[in-house]
Amino acid sequence: METSAAARVQASPRETLDSVVIRFAGDSGDGMQLTGSQFTTATADAGNDLATFPDFPAEIRAPAGTTYGVSGYQIHFAAHNVQTPGDAPDVLVAMNPAALKVNSDALKPGGLLVVNTGAFTANNLKKAGYESNPLDGDSLDQFRVLAIDISKMTLAAVKEVGLGSKEANRCKNMWTLGLMYWLFGRERDQTVGWLKTKFAKSPKVAEANIAALNAGHIYGENAELPHGITSYQVPAADLTPGEYRNVNGNEATAWGLVAGARLAGLEMMYGSYPITPASNLLHHLSRLKHFGVTTFQAEDEIAAVGAAVGASFGGAIGVTGTSGPGVALKSETIGLAISTELPLVIVDVQRGGPSTGLPTKTEQSDLFQAVWGRNGDAPLVVLAAATPGDCFYMAIEAVRIAVKYMTPVILLTDGYVANSSEPWPLPDLDALTPFPVKHHEETEGFHPFLRDGNTLARVWAVPGTPGTEHRIGGLEKARDTGHISYDPHNHHLMTQIREQKILGIAKDLETAKVDQGDPEGDLLIVGWGSTYGSISQAVRALRESGHRVSHLHLRHIWPLPEGLGDILRSFNSVLVPELNNGQLVKLLRAEFLVDAESLTRVTGQPFRIGGLIDAVEERLRNGS
Amino acid sequence: MSPNPPKKEYTRKDFASDQEVRWCPGCGDYAILAAVQRTLPNLGSSPENTVFISGIGCSSRFPYYMNTYGFHTIHGRAPAIATGLKLANPELDVWVITGDGDGLSIGGNHLMHVLRRNVDLQIMLFNNQIYGLTKGQYSPTSQVGKVTPSSPLGSIDQPVVPTRFALGAGATFVSRAFDTSKRLPEALTAAREHDGASFIEILQNCPVFNDGVFEMITDRKTGPAHQLWLEHGEPMKFGADGEKGLRFNPESLSLETVTIGENGVTEDDIVVHDESNASLAWMLTDLPGVVALGVLYRNPGPVYNESATAQKEMAAERFGAPDLHALLRQGHTWTVS
Repeated sequence: METSAAARVQASPRETLDSVVIRFAGDSGDGMQLTGSQFTTATADAGNDLATFPDFPAEIRAPAGTTYGVSGYQIHFAAHNVQTPGDAPDVLVAMNPAALKVNSDALKPGGLLVVNTGAFTANNLKKAGYESNPLDGDSLDQFRVLAIDISKMTLAAVKEVGLGSKEANRCKNMWTLGLMYWLFGRERDQTVGWLKTKFAKSPKVAEANIAALNAGHIYGENAELPHGITSYQVPAADLTPGEYRNVNGNEATAWGLVAGARLAGLEMMYGSYPITPASNLLHHLSRLKHFGVTTFQAEDEIAAVGAAVGASFGGAIGVTGTSGPGVALKSETIGLAISTELPLVIVDVQRGGPSTGLPTKTEQSDLFQAVWGRNGDAPLVVLAAATPGDCFYMAIEAVRIAVKYMTPVILLTDGYVANSSEPWPLPDLDALTPFPVKHHEETEGFHPFLRDGNTLARVWAVPGTPGTEHRIGGLEKARDTGHISYDPHNHHLMTQIREQKILGIAKDLETAKVDQGDPEGDLLIVGWGSTYGSISQAVRALRESGHRVSHLHLRHIWPLPEGLGDILRSFNSVLVPELNNGQLVKLLRAEFLVDAESLTRVTGQPFRIGGLIDAVEERLRNGS
Repeated sequence: MSPNPPKKEYTRKDFASDQEVRWCPGCGDYAILAAVQRTLPNLGSSPENTVFISGIGCSSRFPYYMNTYGFHTIHGRAPAIATGLKLANPELDVWVITGDGDGLSIGGNHLMHVLRRNVDLQIMLFNNQIYGLTKGQYSPTSQVGKVTPSSPLGSIDQPVVPTRFALGAGATFVSRAFDTSKRLPEALTAAREHDGASFIEILQNCPVFNDGVFEMITDRKTGPAHQLWLEHGEPMKFGADGEKGLRFNPESLSLETVTIGENGVTEDDIVVHDESNASLAWMLTDLPGVVALGVLYRNPGPVYNESATAQKEMAAERFGAPDLHALLRQGHTWTVS
């Protein structure tokens, strides 16, 4: 099956592959994230479906050559639909011994290993913990090894540009990218243009990087590759027609918040304190001031959410973004927004916990914190985005619910969905339904806790409006005047009203439905958040093997959608895979009295599709 | 929301809410409340454009008694909430009400940052040197040795000087007054007229847990000898007949209290107050035997919320009208047909 891309390379016909997983790994200073993202763009251009997963260390510049300084970027691309960055890589690019040490166990037997022998010095081998050079022994015999002194090749390629040796050496990632472009039949034009723009102020650096990129490509064209290694092609996937871009979850969340504020007709005030992996939300939004966005880098997490609450009191939509430790600090202020019934959006880009935990690794362990983690009976709305692109729509949903119901909404994403990217069919903005907010101006019979009989939302009267002057606060309010009340009966009633308001939102949501498979069967897998891709692919494979397995994915965590209990009870068993120690499973058991089982993984890494399939098959064999 | 300009002449009553005031009888807060309600009509304020934001503590009940917009928030966080409000609507006249515990203990961090950012707010810190609402524990401004339920052998905490804290944080306006002073409205007016964060420490008597702690300063008889009311450009004199003053000691680099006519001290020896002099203001925060009142420091600088607005305008000018369609297409896109 020849394609035009393959036909351009005359030397040997390209081997056609259905899907490929490549992991680029090197020192954190080696530019692996840039290399990976460039390869991603070129792959999207080639028409493949894809998913990526950057995996970088917490240290900004870990000592060079160490295993804990290894930075990785995995891309899975295919001629068919792709929903995860893949389990084990087919191809590993190891720029130094530490990268090989950390990643060689993951590479599939028979996989292609590209190594930069120039970095395999005695010193680097020692830092990586190798007693002898693994390239010399037989430990790599199970792989197809392409060993090249990339450092030396790069220096030769950029020599004429006349850079210092340190700068010249930095171009080796582009040399490697050039080689990988050749191996997989990718075009270089986009990367050349990107380098010219990126290094517009240092044309020599741009020139050197382009020279390295071309040299790597030429090496592939001319070199006689070892036996068993050839060049490949992955035919274009059958994607839904339309305009696409690559998007990661943090970008999509930022754009969704902006879109949500515009659909509401409100200015947005985003208060935030930098925290991994949520800081990019602040970076993105701070560049969007012309969209009516004010960003406030606060002195701490508490001030960040406090400013957001203050802005909501003033009539804007207050938003704050953070990760788990930050949500803990914001809890009291979120309680204030619940008590004063002000709209507020809190984005929690989850990471490994508890405490500082694993800042750069993903986890779904803030579900309890989001749903229950406040003093008092303090209900709010919790949403979870399933994919990077879904973050856009869920951010809009968060703003919509917050302003319609005068409530805080927590949007859960995680480090994986925030940093991974996928080709995203661009949304039809005209198809989004506006939900314009009209602040309350009627003075007749006014008090701040007048409620809409349907939504139970209180009126939103804002400072600057004549005749609706009022005071609110965290003390309990009399339900019929809004004044402070210590009346026991009133507190009981207000607690119930706050709960009913939140639970009633379920009526405004789509009824629960199975995402894949039949509405009844042997096993229902219930997932939430970023595990969507892994579960979806696993269920597809299980169903192809004849298992009566279905997948239901929750995007509304609290309140839960209506009809969920009936679906849960329509299956012989229910399995809840989560990247935590079992949280949604407890919520479902408590709410529906179903014997849902838990499947947990707390390694800081997403589920492997194979792991999910094995776990389900084992359960089905045991007749669960 | 664009605020409406005041349409009518307001009086003190227009600023008083219908809520029963529930401070202890004799609390200094009553006098402060009265002064604020009396002063606002003279400042051209209107109830709908005025907002009082407080934290937690006795002083923080203040907003409930004002017929303006008000937000009784959580402990120590009023400056952050006020900052967000001011960013959302810079046209509002926003006042922060806090105390020595709320502002300098649990909320010290926010107070520091709101002052250095110079957000356009009036920050009234009621300093009674005690925790009132939790029934009498020592506060960060209590004197060493203070015996309280949580310090039966006397507090061993070194106190913070609020005006010194404010100057250290980079405040552009630092003043001091006391609850029953006739000149409190004057201090409030000066704070309101300042563009930026205006810090006013108000010495306030707590008749239940710390009665008389400022008596030497506030008492009609002993007061004049202990109150130094500052006037920009005027020599810093005090005493019943203005017979005392402050002289600069170049050897100790400090201000000392002297009596004019004694030991060869003349009127010319008395230092003239300069509100824009930060070093002088620092020395005035804590004087021997006398308390400086009025404006210690006033030196306008860039105002945070104005800079934020300017950046939004700059962004609008540079990037043009917001276009979400174009935003989503920034960078690389491709079409699948």
